[in-house]
Amino acid sequence: MHDQIRQFILVNFLFGDGSRLFDSTPFLESGIVDSTGLLEIIEFLETTFNITIEDQELRSVNLNSIDNIVRFVREKQKQ
Amino acid sequence: MCGIAGFLSLEDNAPRIGLSSLKAMIQCVRNRGPDESGVYIDDHAGLAHCRLSIVGLANGGQPIHDEDKTLWIVFNGEIYNYIELREDLLARGHRFYTSTDTEVIVHLFQEKGSRCVEDFNGQFAFAIWNPKKRELFLARDRLGVRPLHYVVHKGLFLFASEIKSILTVPGVPRELDVPALDQTFTFWTTLPGRTMFKNICEIKPGQTLTVCGRELKSRKYWDIPLYPRDAQRDLSLAQMTSEVRDLLIDSIRIRLRADVTVGAYLSGGLDSSGIASLVVRHFNNRVQTFGVTFEEDRFDESKYQRLMVEYLLVNHSEIAATNRAIRENFEQVVWHAEKPLLRTAPVPLFLLSKRVQDSSIKVVLTGEGADEFFGGYDIFREALARRFWAENPGSRFRFRMIEKLYPDIFKGERARTGMRSFFRQGLADVGHPFFSHLPRWNTTSRIKSFFSGNVQDALKGYSALDDCASHLPADFGRLDILARAQYLEIMIFLSNYLLSSQGDRMAMGHSVEIRFPYLDHRLLEYLGRVPSQWKILGMGEKHLLKRVLSGMLPPEIIRRSKQAYRAPVQTSLLGGSDNGFVEACLSEQKLNEAGLFDPAKVRLLLAKIRAGHAHGETDGMALSAIASSQLFHQLYIRDFNPALPECTFTVMEDFRTAP
Repeated sequence: MHDQIRQFILVNFLFGDGSRLFDSTPFLESGIVDSTGLLEIIEFLETTFNITIEDQELRSVNLNSIDNIVRFVREKQKQ
Repeated sequence: MCGIAGFLSLEDNAPRIGLSSLKAMIQCVRNRGPDESGVYIDDHAGLAHCRLSIVGLANGGQPIHDEDKTLWIVFNGEIYNYIELREDLLARGHRFYTSTDTEVIVHLFQEKGSRCVEDFNGQFAFAIWNPKKRELFLARDRLGVRPLHYVVHKGLFLFASEIKSILTVPGVPRELDVPALDQTFTFWTTLPGRTMFKNICEIKPGQTLTVCGRELKSRKYWDIPLYPRDAQRDLSLAQMTSEVRDLLIDSIRIRLRADVTVGAYLSGGLDSSGIASLVVRHFNNRVQTFGVTFEEDRFDESKYQRLMVEYLLVNHSEIAATNRAIRENFEQVVWHAEKPLLRTAPVPLFLLSKRVQDSSIKVVLTGEGADEFFGGYDIFREALARRFWAENPGSRFRFRMIEKLYPDIFKGERARTGMRSFFRQGLADVGHPFFSHLPRWNTTSRIKSFFSGNVQDALKGYSALDDCASHLPADFGRLDILARAQYLEIMIFLSNYLLSSQGDRMAMGHSVEIRFPYLDHRLLEYLGRVPSQWKILGMGEKHLLKRVLSGMLPPEIIRRSKQAYRAPVQTSLLGGSDNGFVEACLSEQKLNEAGLFDPAKVRLLLAKIRAGHAHGETDGMALSAIASSQLFHQLYIRDFNPALPECTFTVMEDFRTAP
């Protein structure tokens, strides 16, 4: 799962250049992802991991880095 | 409207420019002036001109001279107040042999020298050669409506309306200026004075350049009139409304001066509808109007155009800017613009000028400039909302203000979260000179990640933002947030993109002159003294202009929320089954050849767009920017094969000064 998420970010937002992407890099602050990019991430997570993300879960603590997303998706899958 | 070009030898051993080279300089921009051509050449200098006849149809061929042929001029543009200036000059004993505005320039220059420009109300770029003093004087209008470029090459000074004229001179290097590429990928265009070619400069808006001996002296005669609060005037709204209306009507009155029919663009938005309505009410109730329609609803404004046509009963023509037409004309548009384009929006205006040309109209009025000076853009309202947000972090209203700005984008909680984070950028520093524009510029800068390693290396140590800061006037910091945002928007985007890539170049591509009633400098100087609160009242944009135009437009047009003029990118450039476009400029081979972009990254971008995963503006911007940079490179750097159509020239030779 971690690799899938990293790969998605790498291909869709960095177009293959991983030199600036660490698991803890915050997407918005580092300029990797823009506002509409968040919507692309949500769409990807819902279709790839078969989860439904509620509106109140759209918070940076859940979505703003690879680490955060991995933790968030794991929790969702346990539910 | 016309094209100009010329040279001046700065040194005795400078390469010679013969008659045929001088002619070629103007032949390659014959679209700017298909009606007549003329050259003047002597031992030191040459002037070339191609003419689109608008004023003084029978006797306006250029170059034109003064009474005793000590001054020669080539001129592109219009001096709208030439009638009044001519009367004054006649009264002071000047004699004229034509009925043109061109000749007025020569005589006023005779009297006032470089300060003559201060008396002109118009859009102009011209060069005056004094063979006796061996002095060349060049000038450009206040906002840079008309282009004028120059280069010094091996002791030779070369100038021209369009860069391609300069490049026809043998030996002039065609090298891409990498910092200019970086600027374009930050600000959507280059900064003032810069072109996409190393060493080739543009005379900045509101400046003159005197070339004498080996010296180039530039002088700024006008700056964008935006003033700090203590230099603004507090008048009643009623008085301002009436005075602005009078200024606007007078601006239109002198902009209708021409010996040919003048039409108008009509988009269905407030600004162009206002112009069309004032023309119909005060000057010509049978004016011909022109508008663009789009395939996709989110770009199309034809509903409002038709509403205006029914309201004004004007003779209207529209063209459909289909996705296919945008794709097919993109390369030609880049040829005319001489710059990469981060959007496809110039293309429909190129198609529209064709329709104007086909209707045998040479001049149209447009609504450009109202958003900048009356406060119409979202980026202005955003800046105000973000300032409120920064200063009132606890306010419950902070999101609501932003949401009111973008009702469409904020449909649904998800979008809301994304947008909130976007607008939260850079809130910490309200005092930063770029506070209004940093979110946009940072977002745009993301597309620089496509630059190849070589380009990135070449840019080490260069900062487009620092460069931009060096262009700001000393008292910029005293302006309020709105005026600062206006200044940046006017200095960069209006002058170097809207009036150029999307303005002059697209219209002149089909021999059409555009005129801008909202850019009359008397009006702009008045508006600079109007306190910001009357421009954007609360969150309501262009408040003063709406009052000026109320009663002259259907309420739907006054009330409708502003729709930014845009054209499709992804669906036009990559749409349909036509993959020829990608082959033509975005293939791995083409990308490697130019060396500007990383082919692997571009491949992923194309795949993302084709899979329908590119929802953001940034991906579309990247596509347009990369494709147009590639086309630019192919057309101007790798190859350079301008068409040189046959022209009949009036030739004036004077080699008496030869030693």
